[in-house]
Amino acid sequence: MRVCYSINGKKKEFEINAGEVLLDVLRRNGYFEVKGNCYTGTCGACTVLIDGLPYTSCTMLAAKVDGSEITTIKGIGTLQNPHPLQKAFVEKGAVQCGFCTPGTILVAYALLKNNPDPTDDDIKKMLDGNLCRCTGYVQQIEAVKLAAKMLKKGDE
Amino acid sequence: MKDFKHIGTNTGKIDALSLATGQSMFVDDISFPDMLQLKFLYSPHAHAIIEDIDTTLAEKYPGVGMVLTYKNTSRVIHTTAGQGWPEPSPYDTYMFNRKMRYIGDRVAAVAAETEEIAQEALNLIKVQYKVLPAVLDMEDAMKDEAPIIHDEPEVKGAYDPKRNLAAHILVKVGNVEKGFAESDVVVEDTFEVPYAQHCPIEPHVTITYLDEYGRIVIRTSTQVPFHVRRIVAQVLDIPVQKIRVIKPRIGGGFGVKQEIILEDVCAYITMKTGKPTRALYTREEEFVSSRTRHQMKVNVKIGAKKDGTFNAVRMYVLSNTGAYGTHALTVASNAGSKTLPLYNKAPNVEYIADVVYTNLPIAGAYRGYGATQGYACLEQVVDEVAHKLELTPLEIRKKNHIKSGETSPIFRALGEGREGVTQYMQSCALDELIEKGAKEIGWFEKYGKKTRNGSKVRGIGMSIHMQGSAIPLVDMGAATLKMNEDASFNLMYGGTDLGTGLDTIAAQIVAETLGIKPEQVIVYAADTDLTPFDVGAYASSGTFISGGAVLRAAMKIREQIFEVAKEMFGEHDERDFVLEDGKVTSKKTGKFVTLSEIAYQTLYVKNQHQIAATGSMVSPYSPPPFAAHFVEIEVDEETGIITPIKYVTAVDCGTPLNPELVRGQIIGALVNGLSYALFEEYKFTDSGRMIGSNFMEYRIPSTRDIPEIVPIIVRTYEPTGPYGAKSVAEININGPIPAIGNALYDALGVRVHKVPYIPERVLEAIRNKK
Repeated sequence: MRVCYSINGKKKEFEINAGEVLLDVLRRNGYFEVKGNCYTGTCGACTVLIDGLPYTSCTMLAAKVDGSEITTIKGIGTLQNPHPLQKAFVEKGAVQCGFCTPGTILVAYALLKNNPDPTDDDIKKMLDGNLCRCTGYVQQIEAVKLAAKMLKKGDE
Repeated sequence: MKDFKHIGTNTGKIDALSLATGQSMFVDDISFPDMLQLKFLYSPHAHAIIEDIDTTLAEKYPGVGMVLTYKNTSRVIHTTAGQGWPEPSPYDTYMFNRKMRYIGDRVAAVAAETEEIAQEALNLIKVQYKVLPAVLDMEDAMKDEAPIIHDEPEVKGAYDPKRNLAAHILVKVGNVEKGFAESDVVVEDTFEVPYAQHCPIEPHVTITYLDEYGRIVIRTSTQVPFHVRRIVAQVLDIPVQKIRVIKPRIGGGFGVKQEIILEDVCAYITMKTGKPTRALYTREEEFVSSRTRHQMKVNVKIGAKKDGTFNAVRMYVLSNTGAYGTHALTVASNAGSKTLPLYNKAPNVEYIADVVYTNLPIAGAYRGYGATQGYACLEQVVDEVAHKLELTPLEIRKKNHIKSGETSPIFRALGEGREGVTQYMQSCALDELIEKGAKEIGWFEKYGKKTRNGSKVRGIGMSIHMQGSAIPLVDMGAATLKMNEDASFNLMYGGTDLGTGLDTIAAQIVAETLGIKPEQVIVYAADTDLTPFDVGAYASSGTFISGGAVLRAAMKIREQIFEVAKEMFGEHDERDFVLEDGKVTSKKTGKFVTLSEIAYQTLYVKNQHQIAATGSMVSPYSPPPFAAHFVEIEVDEETGIITPIKYVTAVDCGTPLNPELVRGQIIGALVNGLSYALFEEYKFTDSGRMIGSNFMEYRIPSTRDIPEIVPIIVRTYEPTGPYGAKSVAEININGPIPAIGNALYDALGVRVHKVPYIPERVLEAIRNKK
């Protein structure tokens, strides 16, 4: 079957197999920035935004989100023009191996959209589903707070 | 303390923005149209012989490229441990074998056009097993009637395979029996730590293909690219020359990627079929069929004088290497060699280790590398001695710990799988670490107070630690630098950044040495065709060995730059020169020349040559970093739940080359240690099958599991390390088990002898006390 998405603002059409999950469709079509392979939705590395909300793409049927807007990490900022969250993650040492980073930042992005001034507890609750084995999370939480500050100052 | 421009600053991790914007390339972020997908068939029996295996149907299945079994693959016995040569791990492994040694051992593999086809073809393979009695318990493995797991005559380097002993260690200093007899108090206790997994979020993944000259390119998620090349060459019986190993960005390792697991199989298929081949472990395979931490039972006996001085220390370690002996000897060595020198006042020391094979998953290297297991016991028994002598945990440690200028006979007696190298401490801030950590946790106000809130009781505990910085006179790394027109430098080195920030540290070292900015260093690592040799990222060697090699290369470049400057200035003495801010200035004459001008001069104008150099680093020194851990916990007497409230770790890693990255290493290791102390462990069925090989049942910590964490970095200067640095990556995983164990004792007066401290065990300990 064919599905149509808007990915990072661009219209795309893909041939998919019924039962395929979004993660596999995206990676097969070159969206390698979407990581992950637990296929149980437990590690969070494959998170993308679907119509603005974070979902684990490894458990999301590709057919189910036909017609949706999908945002990957490349959709919120670039090397040349990074999003404050991306800058803050660098500054606070919140990126080690970086495999979980795209998913984590996207969840933080969704958090800051709804809650521009989150407490530590808000951040912890929201990032609960994004496993990171390198950082121990402290610097990630600091980075989200720093990004919130940067966004308030209008550094977008 | 010296003043630096770039050393000790928080230079942003050079690959961080690329990673945070999704640009970076990991192993699996490329694809080939005709790539074969590899899937494995695993043994359902813990111990069995394949009597018959029929792959006919699988081979005929449409889309299948190749089916592998012991019948059509390499018969080279080897170790999968990615260690220096000759490897201290026994040769007890074939690519595929007839004998199955655990549930998860490889029976066969299929390479097919898609993963689905490979999986379907695997289901068509018919296997007849002769099931053998299995041994799943460490103590049972050493009994006379135990089945022999490695009964093949080709096995080499295992201590006594007939008794299932992969390794055995016995080291004696003085006479412990006499020492115990002459002690005023003697305390002995045993603690057991379980199987656990590293859980890198990126599992093992390898892609192999032929280049345009027919050489095999191995793109792989590894900590040891050069060992991969050597061991794949050995297993496939082809020259090293035919293989190129590329390490792109790596999604975490923690030791589990110091192992050749997928590379030889993928390379073999590519060699035989000419096709690119990809293997990617699922999370279940990562748990069951990659590598784990060695389960250990550790017994420590300490004899002390009335004033608290240790007179005799004995440690006995029973270690479980599982079905194969990778890192069996060396992890067991380190359980003693990275712990016992800490208490160097004891004249009598004995260390004994037995490492047994069992029919369980394969253990390997894991952050902490035995020291985690050793400290789990040692640091709780030290507290027990203190209690018996009515000393505080701080007093007894201050009386006995190693200090600057001192040594321990253990350094020489117990190396990594062989005799070690004597070490004198040139930097050691343990007293300051204890003092600062105690202050931050509120030790003097809280210790022994057992503050109660209903069924919840507070307690605090502490422990102290050391590790090493690489394996002395074994680990070697090299780095090459070359200069470009704009005074940028290409750094090509074999150091293997698996997320730690080593590439950034390397750029900072070059910048500091050559008076440039870290952004002017173009770092490339690691690629066995393009970068010089490095043993890889393990044994806390990155900063010390790979960084040391980078420093040596940069020092040579400095000399070459000065030679050109002499010529350009018409001067003779480089001691008059200053190299900073991108130029060489003569203090004598005030003349200066920019590095870019020097590059143009040498590349295009006069006495043309490439300013370039290679530096190598191998060292007789392995300076230990030190740490003092303090934790405050709340334990609920009714539920048995332990909640860490605050964790303080004071760390001496010499010069923190990049404090933000150092903080990341400290906290990352600590949180991994915390979950090992509180909830991570493998569970097995009676037949030896792992239960819950997924992140829902084997939980690793998330944001909600972390207490307040306060890392304190105490700066010292280690003269043998690059710009005064020592290692920091491993040491902080060692603290949580003993520190929380001691805090639990402070709160309730009980000890839990089996880690992790899950509620059931805490409640049992409370019941037993009553």
